[in-house]
Amino acid sequence: MIEREAGLRMLKRWVQESPADQTEALLMTEDSSLARFTPAEIHQHVAERNRTLILRVVLGKRIAVVTTNILRPSSIEASLHKAISLARIQPPNEAFVSLPRPKPVPEINTFCGNISRLTPQRKVKIIQEVMTLVKERGFSASGAFSHGKVEIAVVNSLGVEAYQKYSDLFLHLIAANGKGSGYASFVSRDLDQLQIEPLVKAAVTKASGGDPIQVDPGEYEVILEPEAVREGLVFLGYLGFHALAVQEGRSFFCNEFGNRMVNERVTIYDDGLDPQGLQVPFDFEGVPKQKVVFFKEGVVKNVTYDSFTAAKEGKESTGHGLTPPNTDGPVPINLFMQGGESALEEMIRSVRRGIYISRFHYTNVVEPMKAVITGMTRDGTFWIEEGEIKNPIKNLRFTESILKALSRVKAISKERKICPAGSVYGRRFLTGTVAPAIQVDGFNFSGVSSL
Amino acid sequence: MKGFVENILNLANLKKVNYADIRIVRRQVEEIAVKNGSVEALSWNEDFGFGIRVLFQGAWGFACSSKVDKRGMESAFSRAWEIARAGAETQGKKISFPPASPVVARYQTPISVDPFNVSLETKLKLLLEADAAIRRNKKVKISEAFMGVYQTEKTFGSTEGSLIEQEIMECGAGISATTIDRGEVQVRSYPNSFRGNFATRGYEWIEELKIRDHAERVAEEAGQLISAKPCPSGITTLILDGSQLALQVHESIGHPIELDRILGTEASYAGTSFLKPEMIGAFQYGSDQLNIEADATFPGGLGTFGFDDEGMKAQRVPIISRGKLVNLLTSRETAPLLGKESNGTMRADGWNRLPLIRMTNINLEPGEWTLERMIADTKEGLFLSTNRSWSIDDKRINFQFGTEIGWEIKAGKLGPMVKNATYTGITPQFWSSCDAVANRDHWQMWGTPNCGKGEPGQVAHVGHGTAPARFRNVRVGVRQGP
Repeated sequence: MIEREAGLRMLKRWVQESPADQTEALLMTEDSSLARFTPAEIHQHVAERNRTLILRVVLGKRIAVVTTNILRPSSIEASLHKAISLARIQPPNEAFVSLPRPKPVPEINTFCGNISRLTPQRKVKIIQEVMTLVKERGFSASGAFSHGKVEIAVVNSLGVEAYQKYSDLFLHLIAANGKGSGYASFVSRDLDQLQIEPLVKAAVTKASGGDPIQVDPGEYEVILEPEAVREGLVFLGYLGFHALAVQEGRSFFCNEFGNRMVNERVTIYDDGLDPQGLQVPFDFEGVPKQKVVFFKEGVVKNVTYDSFTAAKEGKESTGHGLTPPNTDGPVPINLFMQGGESALEEMIRSVRRGIYISRFHYTNVVEPMKAVITGMTRDGTFWIEEGEIKNPIKNLRFTESILKALSRVKAISKERKICPAGSVYGRRFLTGTVAPAIQVDGFNFSGVSSL
Repeated sequence: MKGFVENILNLANLKKVNYADIRIVRRQVEEIAVKNGSVEALSWNEDFGFGIRVLFQGAWGFACSSKVDKRGMESAFSRAWEIARAGAETQGKKISFPPASPVVARYQTPISVDPFNVSLETKLKLLLEADAAIRRNKKVKISEAFMGVYQTEKTFGSTEGSLIEQEIMECGAGISATTIDRGEVQVRSYPNSFRGNFATRGYEWIEELKIRDHAERVAEEAGQLISAKPCPSGITTLILDGSQLALQVHESIGHPIELDRILGTEASYAGTSFLKPEMIGAFQYGSDQLNIEADATFPGGLGTFGFDDEGMKAQRVPIISRGKLVNLLTSRETAPLLGKESNGTMRADGWNRLPLIRMTNINLEPGEWTLERMIADTKEGLFLSTNRSWSIDDKRINFQFGTEIGWEIKAGKLGPMVKNATYTGITPQFWSSCDAVANRDHWQMWGTPNCGKGEPGQVAHVGHGTAPARFRNVRVGVRQGP
């Protein structure tokens, strides 16, 4: 870890030395470890240390980005010159106005020192405990256990200075017995929150129930657990909840602001400061996070902005800039769906014939402006009859509009769960999506997985 | 670098490891994205570091760092050894790793024109011209052009005495036009969706793609798609073009044949496979038209290299012969389970990732048909082109794909254009319904630069050689419900 003072000092030096009109320096450090296990063994146990510097320079309205993890002064100097030479040769981007100006960043603690207790030996011990507990119940365990320390520091030539240190850990687990499988996951910044027993119980419960029966594709009432709801929310965030998608006319929100688009029970927002999620005080441009409500009681409200998309509309960034160069737009990464009034058990009791879904697998967009996605159920799909969960069923393919599903929400659970989100691809930055379970009166299944 | 490598391998031998290797990797990436006449992103990325893999008393450890100096490497070695030791103390099953003969070699992607020697002005001009040509069609709302150049230098050393240096060059480009009307988005792209087509070649590949020449057609088709009829729903005959077939091969053959998936190491993330090792030599994967090879030696393929990341030479191996499964993708650790030696498919996404079994170039061998005869021989059906969406279950059985564009086939001729085309199927049933594969004149390599697998996540660059093929009794036009 480079720590606040040294990190900001380094960035300020290079920003000050830059001859560009505006310069931004973003430093991301990572010290992480991940172990994966199958029923037979811990087959992978890796550790990584990396520091990455992203320089964004602006000459008039010409912007270039250079990323490097070679942090010798001579290399950084060469990277800065490279960035300027890249900016110089391109035509101006007339839509660009400015890098963001400084704003006070909320002081919150996102680092728990107890994460340092996770030595390789301790980690192996925890995994073995998981494997043993699952085995004792007659199942076999597969999964991954990871923890990391991440630092983000941003400085720009307009005075932005922000630094944050994060800890994170996640554990996900699949219990299986050849007939069925069940999934459970945990994510937190605090090692002391990790409880193995409830995780094992959740995964094993889902895997129990014997041979799955086959249900014909068609439309069914469903209960989606938080992990399945998370999948839908993340797609909505990517496809339509941000300003770039609206400005380009490809968001389902286009021409719908102020209109009721989904059921009035539905409120969805992004909030980097809500302690129920994994808090993130500022974005990758150093702009403090604001809460942005997308749906309030079913009515379309707002979208997220970074400095580029905000300036196009004469607005302020909402603190949703991603790492440059970002061509995806200010996609929200701290999503929440508001909980309802129901208990999950009550929701199940109210279903006469329907399907209970634990999570989805390999989802993808079919029609973006209708938010139609397809994917498979996985690790715990059950038939519900007369208010009771009956048999496990073979995994089903769904092809459905998430917006249509949210229009048909009958009930929302009071209890919510934080589901791991964010990236462990490339640079590590873990976040969480907080979602309830929902009951949907009509969800379309287009196929079944069976040889 | 050789001195660094020798130092770590000496340390490893002093610690009496079963095996250790080190990879020092430098990757340089230049990417240019143009959108609606402006430069959306112009970026340079340099990534440098090393990874050390240690097998100690039958347990693996891996540690990596961007601190490429003697101290940084020794510290990382200690971490890797510590991790392996923690596993060895508690692990019941000891990992067996077969020895290999030492290899001292150097490999370099053969190229004619170094893409980094072509000026950025030239590259930008090409992209901006293509982008402008797309936007001349007033129906187009978003025009895009992309080019990426990727150079990877790797030095690999192992305690077996191997020392391998490789320099792999990859590049690619593509364009797309997006039309938007009344709540509907249509995208048409060339030469392939999701940023283009990629190869282990030099700038000559970018020039051969002739992206500028296809701009007007792409824009025109994007405009036509908005008013095209929706893909009909039902069971019909399907002809897939090479680019869509490449992804079909990727998802429903390439991933299921990875032996690590079959053994369950991806169970908690990407999933497993419906295949079992004992199905080799017995399982009929598809019709006798289906011949699949894994070929890491094919010139220009995006999955082409000299040696994999555990020192095995690139190989060409049959996987499916006349529809029968005959082999799987393997590593040094897993191949002995089949009574075989590794077929050299272990690759890591950079210095900071552990090698995994990855596809190389998984190629559908050409058949004997011309595309024209295939269409003429089809009474009724659909011809679909260019992937738009993909999804498959965790055992790789049930898939669903969408394509950018399609045409009806009526009485042996291409008919009206269709939009929002989808098709779905069950992997072995689908490949068993293949009754025609086009010949070598229609066969080409497609680069897939976004193959995800593993935790921490890894993105592999793989290739698929395909020619259009025909499938009978396929369910198309998957509806989202009433």
